[in-house]
Amino acid sequence: MDYHTPSTINEAINLAANAPGSTRFLAGGTDVLVQLRADIFTPDTLIDVKHINGVHDITQNRDGSWRIGIAVTGAEMSEHPSLSEAWPGVVEAMDLVGSTQIQGRATLTGNLCNGSPAADSVPAMIAAGMTATITGPDGSRELAIENIPTGPGKTCLAKGEMITSLTIPARGRHGGDAYLRFIPRTEMDIAVVGVAVNLQLDGDEISQARVALGAVAPTALLVPEAANAIIGTTLDEAALEALANAASAACKPIDDKRGTIKFRTHVAGVLAKRVARLAYTRAKG
Amino acid sequence: MIHVNTKVNGDDAEFLCDTRETLLDVLRERLNLTGVKEGCGTGDCGACSVTMDGRLVCSCLVLAAEAEGKEIGTVEGIANGEDLHPLQQKFIEYAALQCGICTPGILVATKALLEKNPDPTETEVRYWLAGNLCRCTGYDKIIRAVIDTAADMREAS
Amino acid sequence: MSLDDVKTSNFKFVGTSPDRPDGVDKVTGRARFGADAQAPGMLYAAIVRSPHAHARILGIDSSKAEALKGVKAIVTRADFAEGLEGENWNILENVMAGDTALYDGHAVAAVAATSALIARDAVKLIEVDYEVLPHVTDVDEAMAPGAPIIRAGTADASVPEGMHPNVVRYHESGHGDVEAGFKEADLIVEDHFKTEATHQGYIEPHACLAQLGGDGKGELWCCTQGHWNVQKICAALLGLETSQLRVTASEIGGGFGGKTTVFIEPVALALSRKTSRPVKLVMSRSEVFRATGPTSSASMDIRIGMKKDGTITAAQGTFRLQGGAFPGAPMEFTAMCAFACYDLKHVQQIGYDVLANRPKQAAYRAPGSPMAAFAVESVIDELCNQLGLDPIDTRLKNAACEGTKASYGPRYPRIGLVETLEAAKAHPHYSAPLKPGQGRGISCGFWFNFGGETSVTLALSEDGTVQIAVGTPDIGGSRASMALMAAEELGIPYENIRCTIADTASLGYNEVSHGSRVTYASGLATIQAARDAKRKLCARAAAKWGIPEDAVKWEDGCALPAGPNAGKFPPMPIHEITAEMGATGGPISGHYEATPEGAGVSFATHIVDAEVDAETGKTSVSRYTVVQDAGKAIHPAYVEGQYQGGAAQGIGWALNEEYIYGADGRLQNSGFLDYRIPVASDLPMIDTVIVEVPNPGHPFGVRGVGETSICPPLAAIANAVSAAAGVRLRELPMSPPRILAALDAQADG
Repeated sequence: MDYHTPSTINEAINLAANAPGSTRFLAGGTDVLVQLRADIFTPDTLIDVKHINGVHDITQNRDGSWRIGIAVTGAEMSEHPSLSEAWPGVVEAMDLVGSTQIQGRATLTGNLCNGSPAADSVPAMIAAGMTATITGPDGSRELAIENIPTGPGKTCLAKGEMITSLTIPARGRHGGDAYLRFIPRTEMDIAVVGVAVNLQLDGDEISQARVALGAVAPTALLVPEAANAIIGTTLDEAALEALANAASAACKPIDDKRGTIKFRTHVAGVLAKRVARLAYTRAKG
Repeated sequence: MIHVNTKVNGDDAEFLCDTRETLLDVLRERLNLTGVKEGCGTGDCGACSVTMDGRLVCSCLVLAAEAEGKEIGTVEGIANGEDLHPLQQKFIEYAALQCGICTPGILVATKALLEKNPDPTETEVRYWLAGNLCRCTGYDKIIRAVIDTAADMREAS
Repeated sequence: MSLDDVKTSNFKFVGTSPDRPDGVDKVTGRARFGADAQAPGMLYAAIVRSPHAHARILGIDSSKAEALKGVKAIVTRADFAEGLEGENWNILENVMAGDTALYDGHAVAAVAATSALIARDAVKLIEVDYEVLPHVTDVDEAMAPGAPIIRAGTADASVPEGMHPNVVRYHESGHGDVEAGFKEADLIVEDHFKTEATHQGYIEPHACLAQLGGDGKGELWCCTQGHWNVQKICAALLGLETSQLRVTASEIGGGFGGKTTVFIEPVALALSRKTSRPVKLVMSRSEVFRATGPTSSASMDIRIGMKKDGTITAAQGTFRLQGGAFPGAPMEFTAMCAFACYDLKHVQQIGYDVLANRPKQAAYRAPGSPMAAFAVESVIDELCNQLGLDPIDTRLKNAACEGTKASYGPRYPRIGLVETLEAAKAHPHYSAPLKPGQGRGISCGFWFNFGGETSVTLALSEDGTVQIAVGTPDIGGSRASMALMAAEELGIPYENIRCTIADTASLGYNEVSHGSRVTYASGLATIQAARDAKRKLCARAAAKWGIPEDAVKWEDGCALPAGPNAGKFPPMPIHEITAEMGATGGPISGHYEATPEGAGVSFATHIVDAEVDAETGKTSVSRYTVVQDAGKAIHPAYVEGQYQGGAAQGIGWALNEEYIYGADGRLQNSGFLDYRIPVASDLPMIDTVIVEVPNPGHPFGVRGVGETSICPPLAAIANAVSAAAGVRLRELPMSPPRILAALDAQADG
């Protein structure tokens, strides 16, 4: 395995595009090293992106949106005062990934590129309407997060392409987001179900909403039916019930060691209600 | 092989390593810092906890090559010669260790906690330490030792 | 020994909780564990393991691995002794497969190389040709007609005719006439229970450093609960003379029974013999789960009859345990412990030891007892519920006490079950109000405790300080307890004593640290060795004073003239005697060796409050109290630690821990990510109450305390879940999908 520490995006892309054999980008390494150690995957070329200028920065743009560098760790997000205030759901979802130690290394971009359907941050990013800038030998493109994972362990990135930054939209007024997951313990587990809700209020009424589910399908899902169930409501019991039903209906889970189809489908509805209430409370301020 | 210059517990250190070797491998096998323990190799147990530039990490999930130019802190650097850190004292006094294999990682982790939060609640200590598995104690005496050390250190400062 | 000979009061050191002697080493990182040893010229080893649950090994091609630069040797079964029988053959078969791989993870070959990375790379280059065979991993399926036969001809003479060949041992015990007893009952509850295999989950993987020459002389450093046992087994498996192999026990990073046998030590020795170099072998976490010794999984039927007033009229249990592809599942312990808490006129226990395509089970804290307690104490809870009886009063009504004929045969001497129940009843936890959604459960538990071969030497230094050599690896703070007992006996400060775990060349055979035997047996031997030394010290003083030896007594670290000579000479402190010992007759040591048989049985009662999220089936433990009889707590803080640790492991077993095998027979959760032991945020503080009912078999009344604490939690939590959620879980773990399914089934009527 060759190990490189490029100092620019171009250098990193050139390495990735031209290296023979398999390549992997290294940010926090909390998935890459596990796969290396467990003999699941050892790339021929490993490209450490942490030496590239600006990758550690969280910056707020003039329009209120945020740019998250690809090597920003979960701990750095949690410690950022105004980001946590604006997007608590995204920050908490990232914070749920692994232990304190993992938080010292793990990144949003890595969580996304690892391609796990159970990645905690991905539903939160989708609900928040986040986008990624993808750069390759042929230039850059901007993609919504929900369009990046294509299946377990897979993304739409081509050889030589890398995510070069993530963007969170401006929070806007009267908005709130939240993410909850179900795990058997209190910490350290992979999500059995994850649900994120992001909504905007007009008075007491929900004017816009996005609902995303994790760990219930081959990729994290954006579920417009679930959002539609609460848009135009004050999140009354009927709306919550409709939301739960829509969330459960969207599930296409599997039976595995972490949960059953029946359990995941049911709990997706339960969590959707809890998360929506939390997001609504946050939006109300 | 890669040549790496780093700093461990305040001392300069350099070593040659394979690109696939982890910081944990090198700390234990090349630098003889065997206080850093391997319990799982996959970031699930925290026995290999160290600080890197002050940030708590699992050394099994850091490549040795990534240590270039960094400052690493291990359990061996917590005491000042024969003067134990208050956490070390309190862990012995409170019977907060039994077999002791998780203790180095828990001490590194709790020292990092108290530097960040000098007055943690029981819940905050428990969640901070969720990635440090202990199979002997049921955590009770560990949690008490940390909370009481924090109180002592606040009083002393 | 009778209770009159037991010292029960006026302790000066025993019953205090001083700092442990290994404390500073363990908080500074200096303590040397299994994987921390190095030797000049050391090689690193790795093991090739079967990916199949059951497969014939048709051939092993290691040519590609041998060609890899840095690879020094490869061993297979051919490199071990032939002609072994009985348990030695079973252990060898487990350590390195013969012609058949019997479980996912079974060792097939091993390699030694100049680095750990090269060794791991070499493993991937060794090509094994397998013929995959049908497999079975579930205990009930393994007993059913048509199940794949795992090892024909293994069954012993105890097995009734007509059973499947996978049933290899049978046990039956009890007394009275259970059918007559059931006729007297007002209510009979009969239920089926299942528990999955769990792992001890010690954080330190198995590790060793081996050196073995062609001359048959060897050195082995390893983390183990019993290095004499390692020495004996390794010598047999490698065809060595036992005494030529010296084994040193490292600090041990947790064992809980799982380090009472060998897995990698013979392999490292074989590789060392082949390369003439020291070989280090350390398991990965995945290997620990796949190929060391988890518990048995169990399938159990329990039937208990009760009168309206709570009197148990009869009890019957059938216990089927699989212990992997080898005989040895502790089904007789399960059977014998099941009803040991109760005074029963009519009781019957039946046990089956069943083979399955899983790793060879090993001991885990009170092996066999927790699953029995889960089943039995759940049924008793159900009887109490249906008859409207208080669970503690009902247990008190039936509790075994001194003179009771135990369900497994003997009559109990003085025991402490009633005292634990009374202490639990009086504890504020038992009467504390519950919050909505919470339920409270209680359960009792029992463990035998063991004695075993024990040899201790206590040597005095010139300055009057003392070193104790014991042969039982310190798995729970026993060095502190030994020093406390010696301090008590000699009347010298705890700090003046250092206790060390001696290697196999330094003492006679010491049985493994298991069965909660160390504080009892090594403690007894330490006290006797101290008494031996005291006699010698008194003799030296007598000679100096010119008075008879029996006219000298020992008090507070000094020899004193006694009887008619009392007061004639000033007390002679220990250091004055030892300063001159070279000239007065030579070095002074005390020694004791025996197989003590008076280990007192131990009982516990646990109280737990649990809360169930009815929408997700998730259980959280909100309050926990352990009440247990310690006989005498030598070091109370470490006794509390044993109580808390056992309770925590029991909580894990009850709620989340399990071996999950896929349809392919492969273990699906061989890591701490999905083998979910409790983390710090999962648990509440764990309150403890130390009850002290002296054991007549120990000079200070000690009973073992290490194991009983894992027996009650499984049922206590099941009973709390039943109270909280209104559903009874009869299968472990009580994972959220299982609880939710039970709630759904109840809602559906």
